[in-house]
Amino acid sequence: MSSVGHIEAPPKRVRLPRFGGPALSRGFVVTYLSVLVLIPIAALAVRSTEDGWEGFWTAVSHPMAVDALVLTVLASLAVVLINAVMGTLIAWVLVRDDFPGKGILNSLIDLPFALPTIVAGLVLLALYGETGVLGIEGISFTIAGVILALLFVTLPFVIRAVQPTLMELDLEMEEAAASLGARPFTIVRRIILPNLAPAILGGSALAFARAVGEFGSVVLISGNIPGETQVASLFIYSRIESGDMSGATAVSVVLLAISVGILFCFHMINRWSTRHGR
Amino acid sequence: MAASGIANRRVNVVQGSRRARLGLRTIGVGYLLLLLVIPVLMVFVKAFEDGIANAWETITSPEGMHAFWLTLVMVAVSVPLNTIFGVVCAIVLVRHKFRGKALINSLIDLPFAISPVVVGLALVLVFNQRDGWFGPWLAEQGIRVLFTPIGMVIATVFVSMPFVVREVVPVLQEIGDDQEQAARTLGANGWQTFWRVTLPSIRWGVTYGVVLSTARALGEFGAVAVVSGKISGVTETLPLYVSKQYETFNVSGAYAAAVVLALVGLATLFAMNLIERGGRRRDQAITNTGHAPTTGPSQGEETP
Repeated sequence: MSSVGHIEAPPKRVRLPRFGGPALSRGFVVTYLSVLVLIPIAALAVRSTEDGWEGFWTAVSHPMAVDALVLTVLASLAVVLINAVMGTLIAWVLVRDDFPGKGILNSLIDLPFALPTIVAGLVLLALYGETGVLGIEGISFTIAGVILALLFVTLPFVIRAVQPTLMELDLEMEEAAASLGARPFTIVRRIILPNLAPAILGGSALAFARAVGEFGSVVLISGNIPGETQVASLFIYSRIESGDMSGATAVSVVLLAISVGILFCFHMINRWSTRHGR
Repeated sequence: MAASGIANRRVNVVQGSRRARLGLRTIGVGYLLLLLVIPVLMVFVKAFEDGIANAWETITSPEGMHAFWLTLVMVAVSVPLNTIFGVVCAIVLVRHKFRGKALINSLIDLPFAISPVVVGLALVLVFNQRDGWFGPWLAEQGIRVLFTPIGMVIATVFVSMPFVVREVVPVLQEIGDDQEQAARTLGANGWQTFWRVTLPSIRWGVTYGVVLSTARALGEFGAVAVVSGKISGVTETLPLYVSKQYETFNVSGAYAAAVVLALVGLATLFAMNLIERGGRRRDQAITNTGHAPTTGPSQGEETP
């Protein structure tokens, strides 16, 4: 088998192996994507403009809708800020520090991705739901609970983005800085953080996109109180349940625009960092 | 291991202060314990608070068992669909050149960016029988999509679509097409090349993607909640069953059912770690020999 691989450059470019012929596989991919993703999204967009711009605006500017959207963005921003700081710190501890149990802790980081979101919510309620645990007020039906749930489900993004970058970081840069008399704090600020910035930003963008749309983990914790704990996804859900499709669609389109915008930013950050990397 | 060597050198450079290092460690580990580890352990405690009998009863009740089986059906249908699509799509994206590729590439990521509730709503707009795009026509054919497992499968496929594609694309890019071309020059046809050369070298990526989509399909809540109508014993999956138990004040029952899901989650995590290790061995083998081993034990044990 291995002798097959040792042909260095084929004399002539042969046709690539194509699964069932190029037209067939391409057609399959395009059809699958169109039926599954494109048509539902298009239905959403069309429905939101059905009542005209006026109708869309009335639905979006409804006080409860505005409250929900503002709350979602603010909570997600708070979550992303905490994630950026704590995620970088944890990644640093996991890469540069050494202590018993580090391996297990490292493999547990991905648990929020493996755990169903409804369980994530229950998990936090189990410890923090009632008053008096660790002296913290009960978090059920509070915005603190919503933020905690979002922190839980977005935990891996920044850590997993920063870890590989930190591992690849050239130690000689830091050693050179140290030999030139730079204090640890200066090295962190002037060398480590600038090098990690694209990874931190990229991880934060993904965490933000996830937090903005999160539903399963907040549904039990939040109590769905309008203007207080009702984030956009919960608002949309209660509108669907009460049959107000226009209201649900309008807020959905705004939410969709936010997350697509974030995703676009993420691609931009990626492209920027590959161009400026090393 | 190499990591500890790095850590030791580090001490002299940046971690001059032992106190600073201990401080960071305490903050980092403490955060993880409080946010992740202790809460997850608490679920197991909570589940058996009202005794094992109640927990067992909730799980083995007819609704509970039905929810469990329905969840398995969701996985059994959606994961193979997404695996086939994922592999074909990754090959198309990496090996083919055509116009509109960039569009497909960004469409793939959309399910990650869209809130599950919005996915559910979009499907309702397409399939509801009154004024949906396809709903009335399908109803005439006698097919109901909303509030039936059909709609729930569509929702599950939607949200778990990108995993396999996203795991396989980088592997395909990394291995290049040298071996595939060699196989073709030696007279293999497209199928043979795919089964004997391409698939063996992307198998870790595929497996990782399958594990991730299985976890997502098992646990999907938002999209399925909207599409299913949450009818007990009919369209209720395990996550929906957990939330209903909690809302009807059978709290320990909810935790018991959640434990089942949490165990599946932990199993997923375990699988992810195993596969990652296998994948890393493959990577090392590539750097050592220049080629991915297709069979036999790898020589990844040697460290540089």
